[in-house]
Amino acid sequence: MNPESAVLVMLTVMSAATPLLFAALGELVTEKAGVLNLGVEGMMLAGAVSGFAVTVTSGSATLGILCAALGGAAMALAFGVLTLTLAANQVATGLALTIFGVGLSALAGSGFVGMPVMPLPKLAVPGLSDIPVFGPLVFGHDALVYLALLATGGIGWFLAHTRAGLILRAVGESHESAHAIGYSVIRVRYLAVLFGGTMSGLGGAFMSLSYTPMWAEEMTAGRGWIALALVVFASWRPGRVLLGAYLFGGVTILQLHAQGVGGLGIPSQVLSMLPYLATIAVLTIIAAGPWRGRLDAPACLGQAFRPPK
Amino acid sequence: MPFKIEARREMSRRLLFASPLLALVLTVLTGFVLFAAMGHDPVAALYHFGIAPLLSLYGLSELMVKAAPLILIGVGLAVGFRANVWNIGAEGQLTLGAVAAGGVGLMFWGEEGFWVLPLMCGAAVAAGMAYAAIPAFLKTRFEVNEILTSLMLTYVGTLFLSALVYGPLKDPAGFNFPQSRMFTDSALLPIVLEGTRLHAGTVVVILVAAAAWVLMSFTIVGFQIRVLGQAPAAARYAGFHRKRLIWLCLLLSGGLAGLAGAFEVAGPIGQLIPVITPGYGFTAIIVAFLGRLHPLGIVLSGLLIALSYIGGENAQVEVGLPQAVTGVFQGLLLFFLLGSDFLVRYRVRMRARPIMRPT
Repeated sequence: MNPESAVLVMLTVMSAATPLLFAALGELVTEKAGVLNLGVEGMMLAGAVSGFAVTVTSGSATLGILCAALGGAAMALAFGVLTLTLAANQVATGLALTIFGVGLSALAGSGFVGMPVMPLPKLAVPGLSDIPVFGPLVFGHDALVYLALLATGGIGWFLAHTRAGLILRAVGESHESAHAIGYSVIRVRYLAVLFGGTMSGLGGAFMSLSYTPMWAEEMTAGRGWIALALVVFASWRPGRVLLGAYLFGGVTILQLHAQGVGGLGIPSQVLSMLPYLATIAVLTIIAAGPWRGRLDAPACLGQAFRPPK
Repeated sequence: MPFKIEARREMSRRLLFASPLLALVLTVLTGFVLFAAMGHDPVAALYHFGIAPLLSLYGLSELMVKAAPLILIGVGLAVGFRANVWNIGAEGQLTLGAVAAGGVGLMFWGEEGFWVLPLMCGAAVAAGMAYAAIPAFLKTRFEVNEILTSLMLTYVGTLFLSALVYGPLKDPAGFNFPQSRMFTDSALLPIVLEGTRLHAGTVVVILVAAAAWVLMSFTIVGFQIRVLGQAPAAARYAGFHRKRLIWLCLLLSGGLAGLAGAFEVAGPIGQLIPVITPGYGFTAIIVAFLGRLHPLGIVLSGLLIALSYIGGENAQVEVGLPQAVTGVFQGLLLFFLLGSDFLVRYRVRMRARPIMRPT
């Protein structure tokens, strides 16, 4: 493989990893506050369709991305009202959110199937982008790729080094103690859930505006669920989410390339199974490995809380 | 606040049954607004969606045909949900069941014999169980989350079916279309009602629902499953075998989903095609909750959700609503149900005004 095609492969891997990174980071923050939102897939689809529809109608990708974030957050708000205010079962509500998101995005996007859109512009720094290998790898992406990378560092710093991050983790580890020392568990969780929705929405927008770029029903094809698995894989640490997302991006691109060269005699469908099988393998290795029991899952994950009156 | 919210000491049984009805009313109202916002006459749209399909014998028979897989899968899933075992991969288990049934049907293509159909169903149940055994094994052996593994296997299962109908099982005389040969008569479910697609599988579905009711309400295993879900610590002290119960829940739901797959290919479809289910495996989750995780409730909720499929198709033909409306309705229904359930567990009380002011 010559350097040019190696760079190209790296670029596509980063591209395939970015939607996973967005969604998994958002879910990580949500779960750190003690809320398990299984509706990532639905929120991504909401983001993908609103980002695409607004970009096509208004002609502004910036506005599209903004609306994608809002779309994801709106879905998350519905989840929040049900699970936080009405104390509904988080697993069931998350599943409902995905089913609803699949339907709603298909309905909203029915007029946009097959329409073209200008993919997000790549950053082009005169001089720097032209440096061989280094140039395109560092300066050759669109804004969302950088945003996802920035978010990884930002969230890591927020959770580990800020007072607000500490409160968020406290709420996730012991909601009763956090409540007892005067923090509003419900408010913190609402903010975390909304942040998760925003990030999923951005991940969806990257799918429909940069990765594909187009709108099709259920175009996320299980990425929301893979993002959920990534959070477990990363044992709730942002840096490891980055690693996991790029690993999965790599698997996705690997199978695409294998299909491209004739699949080595393997049917394309079998190669397409790889990312899903890899997810199961990774989850099993994580659960069965010697580090078992030290996964750092937030202690209150998935438990409903109603402030005692 | 003029009112306060307090937890009920016990769940209100009356509201437990009223809440699905409240959810249905809210969904219909939302649908009314939604249709109006989309520029359709909401009354006509709702009529074609929810009432017109019920006015003919054919419509009613189609309702049963669509409800059959939903009830069959929903009953199995509900047993697991009761025990906090979340099998989300019924769609994949259904697909594998269909592949196994189809494989047997095609292997004995053209053979006469009463034994072909039972063999197909047996193979489908075994395939569904085997596929659900993967998350069961990973859950009981390594504590791997069954939600994620069973869901990932759904994508794998769909791709497996696709690989087969584009490859080895493709009809040699089918002009290269990705589909298998049509099954011969011995591999097709007999029709119960002349002139409709109502097949013998629907009768089996009702029997299965009744059996599940007996299992959950009148046997010690059913009791253990419920305790495991509601009070895992109590189940442990009582010495119930948690792992054995998890295996049971996943194998049962997987087997029933597999059987639903056999009924689909040996019933309305009659061959293997790349897509054999419009998401029955996922929709059955809604069916299970809407039916209060109770087998008899699930029969009713299965019929209701089946109506949303038929209504969606009918409204598409009659008033040009997009097919996706069905999914929106199903999602809304589950949302409203989960929201309404708040009233089952909590009560809203008006705050009494203090009679005497403390001096």
